[in-house]
Amino acid sequence: MGLPRIVEVRKDILRKNDLLARALRDRFAAAGVYVVSLVSSPGAGKTAFLEQTLAALHPGYRVAALVGDLATDRDAQRLGRSGAPVRQITTGTVCHLDAEMLHAALDGWDLAALDFLFIENVGNLVCPSSYDLGEHLRVVLLSVTEGEDKPLKYPTIFNTADLAVVTKVDLAEAVGFDRDETRRNIHEVRPGLEILETAARTGAGMERWLDRLRELAGHPPPRREPAYRADQAAPNSMPAS
Amino acid sequence: MHELSIAVSLVELACEEAERLGNVRVDALHLRLGSLAGVVEEALLFSFELAAQGTAIEGARLAIEHVPLTVLCPRCGEERAPPSVQHLRCPTCDTPTPEIVRGRELELFALEVQDGTPAHR
Repeated sequence: MGLPRIVEVRKDILRKNDLLARALRDRFAAAGVYVVSLVSSPGAGKTAFLEQTLAALHPGYRVAALVGDLATDRDAQRLGRSGAPVRQITTGTVCHLDAEMLHAALDGWDLAALDFLFIENVGNLVCPSSYDLGEHLRVVLLSVTEGEDKPLKYPTIFNTADLAVVTKVDLAEAVGFDRDETRRNIHEVRPGLEILETAARTGAGMERWLDRLRELAGHPPPRREPAYRADQAAPNSMPAS
Repeated sequence: MHELSIAVSLVELACEEAERLGNVRVDALHLRLGSLAGVVEEALLFSFELAAQGTAIEGARLAIEHVPLTVLCPRCGEERAPPSVQHLRCPTCDTPTPEIVRGRELELFALEVQDGTPAHR
């Protein structure tokens, strides 16, 4: 038998994803394209929200979308009606998108020809939170039909988001939605997180969201690492022994 | 359940390290898991066994050290443990804060290895 010893490693388990996400971020910055990802539970209205967004921005802005689902290309078909280029990522059994899937899906795509690239993640409020996709803005959507306590149940995803969007507010009254409690809960798990309220079906609140995007388009996309990763060891850090 | 994906990444990383150290036998992996990492310990332990099967680290033990959430209170200027991951505020002055100092870790911290003993496979 050899001598047992302990070797320090100190490496992030998802460092391969993080390094690839960093490379994607560099590529997005070089191409001058803003990348916005959407995460939510299934049925919160990501696709409807994105349909309205693409339709409003296209063709004034050059927009495209990648959409992830376990199976089918139904979402890509829906989004494609806006006239914007759309690609579907079918993940099979995987419950989230990662940087490698994104990298593969972007193959051959001229990013410099785009102002915005939207990424619709697989409907899931848990798993996508661990995977940096190199995006500039991570938007978490929450529909009024889901219950005001969703943020308390899924604090991690709200904590990695840059913006929260409450969707389907046209149904708020019918389902007895408590707006103040929802906002309070979002701010308990993520103090200061910006919150927008929208209804894709009626268009309510969409103008504020679109203004937010147009404002971004006026500046070059940043290369900075997302805040939720800034407190972690650099993915390249070498073992101490 | 993304714990299986995470377990696969963990096993790959540990195998790379074991190879780099001269194909040493790995007896245990020490993982640091933050309470806001979004990973369920039981699911990770279960997935780890599956992911390690047939690899150079098959049979190694996974030891998980929990890293409690720590925030920086902007008012006290001190690192504090918030009441829970659902309530990011200072336990002393009740000021809300999004500044997380620790608690997102998902890190392979160390390996317990045996030199001169070939890998399991």
